[in-house]
Amino acid sequence: MPEQKVVDIDYLLLEAPRERKFITGAQAMAEAVKRANVDMAIAYPITPQSEVMHLVGDLYAQGYLKDYYRAEEEYGTMSAIAGASRAGVRVFTATSGPGLLRGIEAIASWPGHRVPAVLGVLTRVVNAPLSIQPDNIELAYLLHSGIILLHAENQQDVFDMTLAAFAISEMVDVYIPVAVATEGFFVTHAKGYVNMTPEDMKLPPRDPYKAPVPVTDCEVPPARIQRDAPVQKSNFMSYLIHAVWQQEVWASNMRAMKYIYKYLGGPIEVVNPDADVFVVASGCAAAQGREAVRYAQQEGLNVGLVKIKSIRPFPAKEVREALKNAKAAIIPEHNIEGWLSKEVKAAIPNSGIVTDGPRVYGGMTLPVELIMEEIYKSLGIKKEKKVVI
Amino acid sequence: MQDKKITTGPAGYMPNPAVFMGVELPPEGKALLYGEIVDEEVAMREAAKAMLTRKNPTIFPGPQVLWNWKDDVAEKAQAILELASEIPNCRIIPMPDYRPKYPKIDPEAEINPNHPNLTILHNKIEACIFVGVHCHYANLSLRMIRAGTNCFTIALCAFMGHEEAMASLRDVHADDIRRFKDVLVQVRNELGIEWTPKPPPRNPSLPKEEWEALNPYEYGEYMHLIIPRRGEENVTETE
Repeated sequence: MPEQKVVDIDYLLLEAPRERKFITGAQAMAEAVKRANVDMAIAYPITPQSEVMHLVGDLYAQGYLKDYYRAEEEYGTMSAIAGASRAGVRVFTATSGPGLLRGIEAIASWPGHRVPAVLGVLTRVVNAPLSIQPDNIELAYLLHSGIILLHAENQQDVFDMTLAAFAISEMVDVYIPVAVATEGFFVTHAKGYVNMTPEDMKLPPRDPYKAPVPVTDCEVPPARIQRDAPVQKSNFMSYLIHAVWQQEVWASNMRAMKYIYKYLGGPIEVVNPDADVFVVASGCAAAQGREAVRYAQQEGLNVGLVKIKSIRPFPAKEVREALKNAKAAIIPEHNIEGWLSKEVKAAIPNSGIVTDGPRVYGGMTLPVELIMEEIYKSLGIKKEKKVVI
Repeated sequence: MQDKKITTGPAGYMPNPAVFMGVELPPEGKALLYGEIVDEEVAMREAAKAMLTRKNPTIFPGPQVLWNWKDDVAEKAQAILELASEIPNCRIIPMPDYRPKYPKIDPEAEINPNHPNLTILHNKIEACIFVGVHCHYANLSLRMIRAGTNCFTIALCAFMGHEEAMASLRDVHADDIRRFKDVLVQVRNELGIEWTPKPPPRNPSLPKEEWEALNPYEYGEYMHLIIPRRGEENVTETE
């Protein structure tokens, strides 16, 4: 392990030199953890989520982390993450599909407990029927938890978003967890080029006293404090405290937007902003959408891409602005529910322009041709389907 | 000021958070006044005016300035006392911790984030300063006060400020509190208010907790923990 020097957050995320590597999405996430000055990671590596937590275990063995262990199951993992974070250390874990759902009661309590943890979500089908293939329906379950949710298109996004997640989650005016999601297999097991900050630089350590809440429930300075008192003694509080507490979680979620602009270049990316038709997508569906835009432009069609990087906070204002002159918005997704489509339709006044799909799920791939078919339909172009024998 | 987004309440049964209303925290060197970003001096003057002209001005110090837990705290606490002594008839009511109070709060002795409106309403406080309260609990309290009272709230925050307060200063440490005090004295003179600085009255501290004399009924639904219900036994030993 090389000697790592602590550098300023802004320098590491925005200015530090970068070195290009050809690595998997799982490796990209672990490489970000390596540079994030993480104190502790707890793993329950559900089959076959990805090798993220195995690689983070290697980081522990090499001395990058102070502590690492395998929990008994996901509920235990997520509860222990909360405990460790509230004790003042920087924590990381990752999970997937059914594992995420098993841990979700604990995860959903993190924002209210003001736990600045970072969670990797490497998506997988939710049973039943049993499958271990990619499908991001599980992200629908995170949308209403209060957690900040970033969705990575590729290996580069995984690295950038994971490293930024540690910085964003610990901002005093945010101080809630950040989940970085990407598609299992398609991104986690595939290699891509990633420009990474130097291995010998890391984020400053967490300062648990620079926080909107006291560090722990214990009797430590500056006060004898029980942080979650209203939850446990509800008959001695007004109901309004719970209401304003929930509001505070979502206010904190919204405050994260300025840091998403600062460290990730904004919550959306727009390709060809004057397009008539837009593909609106997140995660690796955005990669397929990007390819569809390239195909379309080769055919002389005026098609653009709106890639949504931040699912929570959802960039409603930015999406509205990007689609204000669009004639059609095609929303490809890797789930049956169409959670992104619903988000977009709720955000824009002209929701009639939205095409729900194409959608694939159960581990199926998303061929660019499916998106192209919707582009043709939206432009009134008829293509003959040929059956090749 | 063209648009006052955050004004004194009561805002109503279910307050809309300032952040949802588009209020953003100020950058370094700036302050918030009624939800708008302004120069610090502007916010300080309006805050001073509120503390000097509204009824029963009160300072609510939180745990971060009540406990001598790091180097700069004693100096900051001293500055708060100096500020209080310059505000006519100012009181100091602490928020020593964040636990709900059994069996009920003494609103003359303390304020609590689970029901801050009780202290505000009982004491008819129409202007107050939050200082040294952890940001999460300050935001909860400030929003509840805006929801149910007509109190003008001022936040002197060591970090980034509070959207919910009518006036909010950020990065506030001992020197900044003394700077605010100087502005307050200047405004006081401009308003022609005569006042000889003197410390605020001592806080009526909570009565000594005599647990053996406490009536079991005061434990409410938890009474069975000290008086076993029929068929139950108190656990006296554990394995």
